[in-house]
Amino acid sequence: MIKVTNLSKKFGDLAVLKGIDFEVKQGEIVVIIGPSGTGKSTLLRCLNYLETPTTGIINIGPVKVDAANASSKSVTQLRQQSSFVFQNYALFANKTALENVAEGLITVWKEPKQQALATSKKILEQVGLGDKINHYPVQLSGGQQQRVGIARAMAAKGEVILFDEPTSALDPEWVDEVLAVMKQLAQGRQTMIVVTHEMQFAREIADKIIFMEQGHIVEQGSAEQMFTAPKSERTRAFLARATK
Amino acid sequence: MNFDFIYTLELFPILLKYLGVTMQMALLGFVFALIIALCVAVIRVFSVPVLNQVSIVFISFFRGTPLLVQLFLLYYGLPQLMPWLVGMDAFTAAVIGLSLHFSAYMAESIRAAILGVDRSQMEASLSIGMTKLQAMRRIILPQAARVASPSLMNYFIDMIKSTSLAFTLGVAEIMSKAQMEASSSFKFFESFVAVAIVYWLVVVIFTQLQHRLEIHLNRAYIK
Ligand SMILES: Nc1ncnc2c1ncn2[C@@H]1O[C@H](COP(=O)(O)OP(=O)(O)OP(=O)(O)O)[C@@H](O)[C@H]1O
Ligand SMILES: [Mg+2]
Repeated sequence: MIKVTNLSKKFGDLAVLKGIDFEVKQGEIVVIIGPSGTGKSTLLRCLNYLETPTTGIINIGPVKVDAANASSKSVTQLRQQSSFVFQNYALFANKTALENVAEGLITVWKEPKQQALATSKKILEQVGLGDKINHYPVQLSGGQQQRVGIARAMAAKGEVILFDEPTSALDPEWVDEVLAVMKQLAQGRQTMIVVTHEMQFAREIADKIIFMEQGHIVEQGSAEQMFTAPKSERTRAFLARATK
Repeated sequence: MNFDFIYTLELFPILLKYLGVTMQMALLGFVFALIIALCVAVIRVFSVPVLNQVSIVFISFFRGTPLLVQLFLLYYGLPQLMPWLVGMDAFTAAVIGLSLHFSAYMAESIRAAILGVDRSQMEASLSIGMTKLQAMRRIILPQAARVASPSLMNYFIDMIKSTSLAFTLGVAEIMSKAQMEASSSFKFFESFVAVAIVYWLVVVIFTQLQHRLEIHLNRAYIK
């Protein structure tokens, strides 16, 4: 239900993604790992068209967008099929936790306000923030802000949630509560694509791990296979360093 | 010299009757200026082809020439070129002139405020499927409003004072009334002191409102 074909991205002369192909099935949890500067964030951002790919076809659910002829309407439709959890949370600074979550339902999906707020309140309760719904982002800890970020992404009605290093900006004390929420989502078979450096976590939740290096997918496989018997020497070397 | 205190006091109720016209010009002018400025700022931010260039020239002209010259051009000059403008009354001309003039300044401060909103706010809006215009309206502009509001309020206060220039077009506002009273009584000092005090009080009141507004707009940012 997610299919990426020949995705490439150049920033000026710098080729960051060099022909990426992969598929994600409904309910699958995919974790992308790889060295810094390899293009993991760029890949996720391209899936959400926050960066415009240089070439490639992205197919999410019923929407298919080819970089060669992407109209702004089809890009908006594609974005509605996915939602993004940002490293720096990027909550709407002018809105409360509840309004952050409800915003997409109200503005994008045109739900009546009362209904949207009720749904959003339930989602915030699921991520353990039922008592913080009227707080503004500045009044929340990093971990709480990121849980609101996840709640906002959950409310977006997309097929898939994209996570770009959701815990790497957090103080260590807040990491676990965010990972716990993500595990809960994974148990509910929410389709997710996660970029993370938390290898233990990756191994626990991933159905599939994709190892990227220098704009290529080097290898992909089940968590078990990748951690115990990687095919590529480069994967082995990376994991040896990363799990040390 | 002796200052005729009683005369000044008696002048206040007379001047206050004309304050309505002054405030109507300022409020109408400000509302139109705000609408124009918002459009121009958004055009500039999105670099909309053609309109962007037009906006740049617009801003340059209205910031580059004196308000008085613009008012004269609009009221005395343009109708010679476009006869259908001959019927335009002085009040309308003053409101149009004030809104065009101030919109040029306000567009620039709104644009700066929009550009000052963190890029992640636009990305987060797009990521949940909003269009750029929805993101502007719901997320970016409200945040920019907070940043721009002190300077916009200053322009409003400036505009209240600038309405006094409308008397040169013949609008019956408080400055023109003060001038009339002064020249019939020859008590120039008393008359102009009185009108100065009225402007001052009005500005003090709006400065208070400005503080209240800022507190309101800042409520989301206080820990
Ligand atoms: N907007 C941009 N303009 C120019 N170059 C960019 C831009 N964004 C990313 N790059 C470059 O693209 C390359 C890949 O960056 P990217 O952020 O995708 O890497 P990453 O795998 O997410 O790294 P990390 O693990 O450090 O987050 C880097 O060399 C980066 O400098
Ligand atoms: Mg990254």
